[in-house]
Amino acid sequence: MSDVAKIVKPAGPHRDRALTRQARQLGFPSVSIKAAEIFFLRGDTDTASLRRLVARLIDEVPGEAARLDAGSTVADPDSLTIEVARRAGVTDRVAVQLSESAARSGLQIEAATGARFAITGARDLPEKDLRFLVHNLLCNPVIETWSAGAVLPGFARGTDEDSDAVDLVPLRGLGAAELGRVNAERSLALDPAEMAVVAEWFAAAGRDPTDAELETIAQTWSDHCSHKTFGARITVGDREIVPLLRQLRETTKEIAAPFVVSAFDGNAGIVAFADGQRLAIKAETHNHPSAIEPFGGANTGVGGVIRDVLAAPARPVALTDILCFGPRDLDHHELPAGVLHPAIIEEGVVEGVADYGNKMGIPTVAGAVLYDPGYTANPLVFCGCVGEVLAGYDKLTGPQPGDRIVVVGGATGRDGIRGATFSSMTMDATTGEVAGASVQIGDPIIERLVTDLLLELLDRPDPLVRALTDCGAGGLSSAVGELGEHTGVCVDLTKVERKYAGLQPWEVWLSEAQERMVLAVAPEQVAHVLARARHLGLSAGDIGEFTGDQRLLVRHGTKPVVDLPMEFLHRGRPTRALAAKLPSPDRAPDKQVRTADIKTTLLALLAHPNIASKEAIIRRYDHEVLGATVVRPMAGPGQAGPSDGTVIARPQSTTGFALGLGVNARYGMHDPERMAHAVVDEAIRNVTATGADPAQVALLDNFSWGDPRRPETLGDLVAAVEGCCAAARAYGAPFVSGKDSLNNEYVTSDGQRRSIPPTLVITALAHVPDADRVLGTALQAAGHVLVLTGHTACEFGGSHFNLVTGAENGTVPAPDPTAPARYRRIHDLMRRGLVASAHDASEGGLAVALAEMVLAGQLGLEVDLGQDEPVPALFSESLGRILLEVRAQDAEEVVAALEGEARVIGSVVPALHLHVTTATGKSAWSGRELAEAWRGAAA
Amino acid sequence: MRPPAVVLTAPGTNRQADAAFALEQAGAAPVCIDLLDLPERRDEIAQARLVVIAGGFSYGDALGSGRIFALETERLLGDLLARLVGRGVPVLGVCNGFQMLVRAGLLPGALRHNERGHFECRWVALQPASRHCVWTRGLEEPIHCPVAHGEGRYECPPSQLETLRAADGIAFRYVAEDGRPAAGYPENPNGSVDAIAGVCDPTGLILGMMPHPENHVTARQGRAVVARAGEHSALPLFACGVAHARES
Repeated sequence: MSDVAKIVKPAGPHRDRALTRQARQLGFPSVSIKAAEIFFLRGDTDTASLRRLVARLIDEVPGEAARLDAGSTVADPDSLTIEVARRAGVTDRVAVQLSESAARSGLQIEAATGARFAITGARDLPEKDLRFLVHNLLCNPVIETWSAGAVLPGFARGTDEDSDAVDLVPLRGLGAAELGRVNAERSLALDPAEMAVVAEWFAAAGRDPTDAELETIAQTWSDHCSHKTFGARITVGDREIVPLLRQLRETTKEIAAPFVVSAFDGNAGIVAFADGQRLAIKAETHNHPSAIEPFGGANTGVGGVIRDVLAAPARPVALTDILCFGPRDLDHHELPAGVLHPAIIEEGVVEGVADYGNKMGIPTVAGAVLYDPGYTANPLVFCGCVGEVLAGYDKLTGPQPGDRIVVVGGATGRDGIRGATFSSMTMDATTGEVAGASVQIGDPIIERLVTDLLLELLDRPDPLVRALTDCGAGGLSSAVGELGEHTGVCVDLTKVERKYAGLQPWEVWLSEAQERMVLAVAPEQVAHVLARARHLGLSAGDIGEFTGDQRLLVRHGTKPVVDLPMEFLHRGRPTRALAAKLPSPDRAPDKQVRTADIKTTLLALLAHPNIASKEAIIRRYDHEVLGATVVRPMAGPGQAGPSDGTVIARPQSTTGFALGLGVNARYGMHDPERMAHAVVDEAIRNVTATGADPAQVALLDNFSWGDPRRPETLGDLVAAVEGCCAAARAYGAPFVSGKDSLNNEYVTSDGQRRSIPPTLVITALAHVPDADRVLGTALQAAGHVLVLTGHTACEFGGSHFNLVTGAENGTVPAPDPTAPARYRRIHDLMRRGLVASAHDASEGGLAVALAEMVLAGQLGLEVDLGQDEPVPALFSESLGRILLEVRAQDAEEVVAALEGEARVIGSVVPALHLHVTTATGKSAWSGRELAEAWRGAAA
Repeated sequence: MRPPAVVLTAPGTNRQADAAFALEQAGAAPVCIDLLDLPERRDEIAQARLVVIAGGFSYGDALGSGRIFALETERLLGDLLARLVGRGVPVLGVCNGFQMLVRAGLLPGALRHNERGHFECRWVALQPASRHCVWTRGLEEPIHCPVAHGEGRYECPPSQLETLRAADGIAFRYVAEDGRPAAGYPENPNGSVDAIAGVCDPTGLILGMMPHPENHVTARQGRAVVARAGEHSALPLFACGVAHARES
């Protein structure tokens, strides 16, 4: 048999139900879908062997479900049938396992997968709607092809020979306009000043660049790789300010926290708290890839940040994800052209995060989900990872001249080319088509094996590797270029293992194929390292040498591909010069008296997607693997309420660490500086509430912003960085790592520019001194009293109260200078065992926090706010407030210890209800009302 | 004497450290052996007094959970697992390990996609239900521990279910707060028939279960979830297996 066999197997009722449900969600109530998997097999084998193979590997019940199929589709007059296949070269995990498994049983076949969908109830849909349905639900043209009949399979193995073509790009003699055209045509995403410097350099060298050289420079100089905005010279009016990255670094230096081991250096920040355990932490964004291929984009976002932590080098032990989407119920007719529906993006992103983390066996423990129309065309996906630093960390000497460059992990294919420049560009309606090659699909099982290999090589006092980094954006060009920055390298691309033939040299050099690490290995260790990698079934290649001549030399066999001095590549980029216009937010004291129906307002807040239960997402992540999750993302005996932070403590250890997150884009739209302060406070408040030590907190900053070349957008960013730095100093919490994702904008087909809301995510990593004395948000016992700590002011700017009531006025909550000292006193009380549970007040204010404690604890609360003005007391979002549940007999001591910044506001009761008495009367909610609002359809 | 235990893994298994920790807590001396380490380490498996097949996503669960794991185990170990059982060695398959044992034909039934269609992680309560299974013999109290799987809906034809019941082969059922078999979601998290969470073979030596007892063997692991810390631990399950390994 040398032609293609096609096997079709029903995907199962769970899949049909999911697709039909999603079609309804998209606004197609009469559509239902039946799905089948297609397996394409090609190879030199007879039909009998093939039948045996199908029975062994594909049939569920032998001879029953799957069938050999000549390619005809069932003719059903009422249904449309379409078939979908992966594009050649896109990672196809199932096909790989199928052909490898066949090979182990002695059968050499090539495999590819696809799907068949029978759609009923769609006959009368307009062509445009049908296309929308197909492209959102059944086939993403970025990675798949489809046909209204039999589709052609995309076998990974190409038939073409390897090419050694190296093209020259003529730059000499070109004027600014022509250089601009080259820049745009090749999607280099360079600034005009940078293009000019590149052209000058090659003119002086007396030659034109090769395609690979130009791409290497574009990747290395991209905002993604070189932080050119955070390093830029920025002027505000006629005043030049300290570059943003330097502000953050200097803040960390000034705080001089003894627990910082490494900040803003290498792939991840490293800290060592009081227990001596060194932890590496990093967070990344994968926004643009997630917009056009949500599953693959989020999937490889998680894979990428895990590799950053592996490169520390560390053993990954916890993952975080913060997701920002457009409204789930958006009418699909209102979507800009070329944009996937927010509900589809959300589904794909969540599945992508779950797939990678769950399969790697790393618990996904902390996260947040925000909805805003501003994220419709440009969703945000922040992925974070924490790891335990390996024993070999201290002995990593960096690459020495003569060391070998070893690439291990997945093989290299034509996937994900130009990711760094793609992420630094503005998207438009055609992005999905032209950027197809920028999107990769990950394979977590390979990364898991890479992890095993690195633990074996590096978790020992005498590591077998001298330096390492991961292959992320820019592929080998960035990774090898960075690792060899101070030595120089010489690479032979013919030594890079490929997934299939036909790649050009520049594609090999730039490919962002996933799950690859670059190692610097002493020559005497190379054979062992390669052997261990291959034992695990990984690709492994010795691709060149660290030289000592400070040049980046890349050859394909004997043919030169790249020859650039490291000096020019890493320090030749002209510093960007940008102008910023600072925002002028309204901060006048708010004297307005607000009224609201307290009962319905709280229920509306609880039901708002930003505040409502995220259980449906949380449960799809394995947050239990490793057995170290002590404070979980859901709180209480029935796990029925939300947690503040989460705590991880290995079962063998008495100490642990807490993770807290702060994000509030609505504050960012009003007052970016206060927003920054607020989210730093929120992240630290969250870890404090779990029992972590607020004096041992390290921070990560992740900025997702619009185009910084617009002065207003940059001004918002400058204000936010200043707010961050001021807050970090106030809390004595240093930044150890950060990342910016700029250009989160979208040009609609009618030429309108849309930017996302300014979004800053702060991650707090804190020491938990006693893992057996941690706290949750769940009320513990009737008879206890509730203590409110901190100060409440009338602060409604960007509040969720405004969001649900339609109000627009107010100021964003101001920094609370008393909060840092108070958190430390609260921690002392917790260490003394005087606190039974704790929960912070954030979006929705005190009222939401009270309701959440009731939901988590399955106990009631009766609260009296005395003469406080009711609306601010219940719904203002003032910072620095934590609710403490304490035993009645301890209340006096707790209140006294907090020196006038705390008071008893109520007590825990057995009846499952929330009663709040204010000067204007009493409001009452049953536990059931609260649960139904907060949990929605899931109640 | 700490009986030697083997935690068997395949590429993509990820709860082996959790399983090894639980075995250590219960008094065994575990080592992890991957199919990739065969045939070199075959003898260590042959000498094991206890075997745990750990959870995870062997081979990415491509082509169905546990399927390639079962084929590869058969290719590399032949009928070694069955012969170990013949010598009285207890075998526990957790989650992907359970799926593998079912695919390998060592346990009856099938594990299908969860009724809700996707992976789900939550704590569940399990009532030990088999008197002849060596892993559950003498256990009275419910065990609380997490599930974390996408393909855990236990299914078997009515006649096989009758046989299973008659043979005392239902080792665990998901139960509600009142201790009765779970009537539906979320107590029965995947829609398993008869709320079955785990089954054992006619010898009582092979136990397969979807939930993860290895993630609740210390008081701290369960503290936020159970009413009183230390209650409903799964450590006694491992202790039963280790006790049997010691005696046999």
